[in-house]
Amino acid sequence: MSRPADLVQGTLDLLLLKILALQPQHGWAISQRLKQVSGDVLQVSDGSLYPSLHKLEQQGWIKAEWKPSENNRKAKFYSLTRLGRRHLEREAADWARLSSAISLVVQLPEA
Amino acid sequence: MSFGRWWYVLPLRLRSLFRRNAVEQELDDELRYHVERQIEVNLARGMTPSAARTAALSAMGSLEARKDECRDHRGVSLVDHTLRDLRHAIRLLRRSPVFTAVAIASLALGIGANAAFFQLIDHVHLRSLGVRSPQELAEVKVAGVRNFGVSDGFNSEITYPLWEQIRAHQQAFSGVFAWGRFNPLVGRGADARQVSALWASGDFFSVLGVQPARGRLLMSADDHRGCGATSVVVSHAFWQRYFGGRESAVGSPLVVLDQRFTVIGVTPPDFTGLEVGRTFDIVLPVCAAALWGTALDQKHYWWLTVMGRLEPGWDVETASDHVRTLSPALFEATVPSGYSAESTARYREFRLGVWSAARGVSFLREEYGRPLWLLFGMTGLVLLITCGNLATLMLARSRERAAEISVRVALGASRARIVSQLSLESLVVAVIGAVASVPVALAAGRGLVRFLSTSANPVYLELTGDWRVGAFSTAVALCTAVAFGVAPALRLSLTNPQDALRRASRGVAGLDSRSLLRRVLVVGQIAVSVLLVSSALVFARSVWNLANVKMGFQQDGILSIQFLDLLSAKVPPDERALFQQQLADEVRATPGVIAAAPSTHTPLNGASWSQAFRLIDTEGRRSSKFSYVGPDYFTTMEVALVAGRGIRTSDTASSQRVIVVNDAFVRTMLPGQDPLGQTLRTFAEPGYPETTYEIVGVVGDTMYATLRGGTPPIAFVPIAQHPNLRPWANVLARTNGSTAAITTALTQRIATLNPAITVKVGELRGQIRELITGDRLLAWLAGTMSALATALAAVGVYGLVAYLATLRRKEIGIRLSLGSSRGSVIGLMMRESGWLVGLGVAVGLPLAWLAMRGVAALVFGVSSAEAMPALAALLLAVVAGVSAGIPAWRASRLDPVSILRAD
Repeated sequence: MSRPADLVQGTLDLLLLKILALQPQHGWAISQRLKQVSGDVLQVSDGSLYPSLHKLEQQGWIKAEWKPSENNRKAKFYSLTRLGRRHLEREAADWARLSSAISLVVQLPEA
Repeated sequence: MSFGRWWYVLPLRLRSLFRRNAVEQELDDELRYHVERQIEVNLARGMTPSAARTAALSAMGSLEARKDECRDHRGVSLVDHTLRDLRHAIRLLRRSPVFTAVAIASLALGIGANAAFFQLIDHVHLRSLGVRSPQELAEVKVAGVRNFGVSDGFNSEITYPLWEQIRAHQQAFSGVFAWGRFNPLVGRGADARQVSALWASGDFFSVLGVQPARGRLLMSADDHRGCGATSVVVSHAFWQRYFGGRESAVGSPLVVLDQRFTVIGVTPPDFTGLEVGRTFDIVLPVCAAALWGTALDQKHYWWLTVMGRLEPGWDVETASDHVRTLSPALFEATVPSGYSAESTARYREFRLGVWSAARGVSFLREEYGRPLWLLFGMTGLVLLITCGNLATLMLARSRERAAEISVRVALGASRARIVSQLSLESLVVAVIGAVASVPVALAAGRGLVRFLSTSANPVYLELTGDWRVGAFSTAVALCTAVAFGVAPALRLSLTNPQDALRRASRGVAGLDSRSLLRRVLVVGQIAVSVLLVSSALVFARSVWNLANVKMGFQQDGILSIQFLDLLSAKVPPDERALFQQQLADEVRATPGVIAAAPSTHTPLNGASWSQAFRLIDTEGRRSSKFSYVGPDYFTTMEVALVAGRGIRTSDTASSQRVIVVNDAFVRTMLPGQDPLGQTLRTFAEPGYPETTYEIVGVVGDTMYATLRGGTPPIAFVPIAQHPNLRPWANVLARTNGSTAAITTALTQRIATLNPAITVKVGELRGQIRELITGDRLLAWLAGTMSALATALAAVGVYGLVAYLATLRRKEIGIRLSLGSSRGSVIGLMMRESGWLVGLGVAVGLPLAWLAMRGVAALVFGVSSAEAMPALAALLLAVVAGVSAGIPAWRASRLDPVSILRAD
């Protein structure tokens, strides 16, 4: 059973934080960016993006601001807070450790 | 959550709560922006407008569901739900105004009564004095039973010479002070009034840290031997009352007991002294006592309380050790003269100790401490029963809502949600009840204080609801909400939706667990009622005993007349006896007075005078009460003369010393002997040299100082033979006219004799009645509460039987139609409640017996305390029988045909 879209919640949070670390974005732009960077491997439905963003906002990792967007309409821009940046560093380091460990295990030669 | 996160999160949460519409609008805008951008992209890809829109929307999934998910992350859904439930609860309560009113009123009264007692207990027992760092204050007094010399009422623990020694030698305190109480006359002649005064040593105010409201307070410079009539400090209340709050009061003169003092300052309004339950009007430097006598030099006159502020690093134990070590030297330096060798040896053995004085001293605490806790417990129990009945009411209500609840359970509402919703309803009732209880508590508290306040012991307590009472009421309200709301709510939430729906539609029910809860409540109510009723019975019995104590003298129509301020009348000491007799003659000559006699002792006013003596030709040291009375004393008081003669006018200072003793004296001192003609010799005491008396008469036993004290041995000495009369006089008079008229006439007579003398008239019967104020209060309140408890229990039993009767309607119908007699139906219904009442009694009786043991110290002369619980149980069985009988009888009158046809 292969369900690449069925992302672990924590993974999506990490992705969102990383994208916002590059630059403040509004929801639509984040969804485009997600599709772009992860290709079709990670399919995040447009709908599930917003509850995740709201959760991150309520946790204090990101903050929101209404600003004119590239098409000159007001959009809600999210950006990383200081806490969020620290959180991202920790999570990214954890992720790197975990993934390298897993790939080590997966690459063990079979006897 | 860390503080840093709250920095970001808190504004968001607050915004979600209070700017709900704006937040919703933003959520809407945000999602719409996304959809619109997606539509634009889709259009650019060449889709038709409607296809572009459909595709964009379907990519989002259900928009409303997404919004809900977003809302869930706001972390305020709990608050949101609660607010919604709250509105629902209030709506439901408004729909049944009678239930709501009954519930709120009973809770307001119940919580109010509890809070009132809590407030009293808090003031009398718990709270510290309202001065700087009260926990550092400690009192120095003689450890153990002193019983030596002359004491001046409550908390008279130290003599002046001893105080000087303590002040000079102690090192445990950073500051010490002495204070005492007396009730002098202020003003002159007709304007004179008795006030409550404090003696205070120079450091009194500075050690306590009290700052003046006006002028200055007493300082150490004001207090030195030979200070004369100089400075007086007045209380804020007295300043307002006597001086009308005028600024010019400071510096103006104040006449105290014929001495002219100058007001130097006013104490702050929140300082009411160191005795909880009493306040003061004026404060005099303790050195001023020398103006009216020799109190400063009397080594046997205990009239002061010594307190101090402990040095840093010292506590009560170390300070106690310290003063104990000092004691031998201190007492050696202050040995009173004029006592026998045995007495002075005993004096040298005294040791001082230190006790915490953080809560001050309190006559009220010692007198009413235990009754207050007891009444507090009783009101708590009544509140508990009230909660039981409210729980039953809630259950009855929820039965009506069972269908609604089962629909909601069937639709998937969580149990927690249902419980919280139902509990909220009771919480609303409890909170409103608690708020309404505040005025009840204040009024009840003030009522209690007024009840306890007597002319002999006025009680002063400033009861203004504060946060402590508020916190208490809130806590009680929450507990009651749990007691009467949450339990039924939990019970109800267990309802099997299918059962409930079926039952609701058919109107039939089995014996479900809900009536089990009601049964438990009834058992509990009966048990508590047995406990309360037996206490009420025993207290009522005790009051009856106290009110009917055999006095041995006539108390009706007896007036106790005090002549104050004889000092200003300037009567030389050796003419005082004559002067007293003259005053008694004035009293006797007043219309309406039948007989009058001077006496050093007024029966049952709490004062006591004992002297030690030995019978001639024996060595044993014995002690008896000594009263000095005028010739007509026994006829005035109608004390029976048993043998020999009474006191005669011919018994004078120059004639043979004689005494008349009472029966108790003969029984204990001279058993089986003829007392007449026997002689006894007193031991010397200061002012009372050794004297030999011959017993010339025997009178009947009379009550002496207190109602509970019984009839001790008393020796009556002719007042003319008193070695050392004090400058005041007390005359007892038997009258047959109105007290007011006699008082007016007598005051006029005395004014023509000497205008400086003030007359104070009291009715002996009223004064004796006031002695049992606390007992009467206890009996009244216990009676009221047990009546309430019984009524509530009766309602509980009635409700249960009526409820069971509705449940078993059909069964009763069948039984009746099959030929059961109506009597057997009544029996059927009564049997069940009979068991419950029996169980309640079985639980209540042992509790009540335990309680009887607990209250034994508070009651007087109740020999049958053990029988009271049984009597209470019987009473409750009758009440419960009647309350069960009414609905049972009604059930038996049902028409079987109509019952069976109805189904």
